[in-house]
Amino acid sequence: MHFPSHATRPGQPMARRLLRAASAGALIALGLLASGCSSFQPPQPWEKGTLARKDMTFETDPLDQRFVQHIYFSKEAASGGYGVGGGGCGCN
Amino acid sequence: MAHFSHFSRIASRLIVSLTMAGAAAAAVALTVGQPAPALELPGVQGNISLAAAKGKVVYVDFWASWCGPCRQSFPWMNEMQAKYGSRGLQIIGVNLDAKREDADKFLAQTPAKFTLAFDAKGDTPRAFAVKGMPTSVLVGADGKVIEQHSGFHDDDRKALEDAIVAALAKAGR
Repeated sequence: MHFPSHATRPGQPMARRLLRAASAGALIALGLLASGCSSFQPPQPWEKGTLARKDMTFETDPLDQRFVQHIYFSKEAASGGYGVGGGGCGCN
Repeated sequence: MAHFSHFSRIASRLIVSLTMAGAAAAAVALTVGQPAPALELPGVQGNISLAAAKGKVVYVDFWASWCGPCRQSFPWMNEMQAKYGSRGLQIIGVNLDAKREDADKFLAQTPAKFTLAFDAKGDTPRAFAVKGMPTSVLVGADGKVIEQHSGFHDDDRKALEDAIVAALAKAGR
């Protein structure tokens, strides 16, 4: 594409270059956004040593936590991952 | 305009590669009846490999010091090794702790009377598609996967032992 007004307005090529850089940056940012967290790996089952630590649980009292989790999984039909019954290893 | 399309090509390539990296995470799976993946790891003394144990029924157990059911499984594995070792069973306990000290501390409290191997990098559990801790994989004398088991309950003992006995019988032992 040719814009004959180039010669008359010397400021424009700079502006276009800036616009081009900005749109390229926006596209890369969009790319990162679109892929979201898919490039980040969740911890694998064997990598949960730190997560299984007692001080990584949400509650301080193990018995209370067990109780709360029991109610939770009875209602939600889902369990595991909170360090109850198996140290957060997903095996109950 | 040519510059713009060049940039957009780079950006779209970036999108594609990032999504592919995400999708590649859960690609591995272990198939029963197929040859077991290679396992070559440092042990307590020298290297431990699955290939070297060919002809034996191998029970590969992936464990870590922080995993409660793993601790429960150790006495059972000791018992199995003592009971069926002479008939050709080899239990390989693959430790997956990031720090070796953690494993050593665990072993001081919970002795293991079977072969131990150490994989701090986690390449073997990835190859064996470990989904929970502990995970055991029973490999037949022909080197093929018989079954994979996740977790360790008291009620699992019988079924696991039966599978070992069946594998030994199939190997003619």
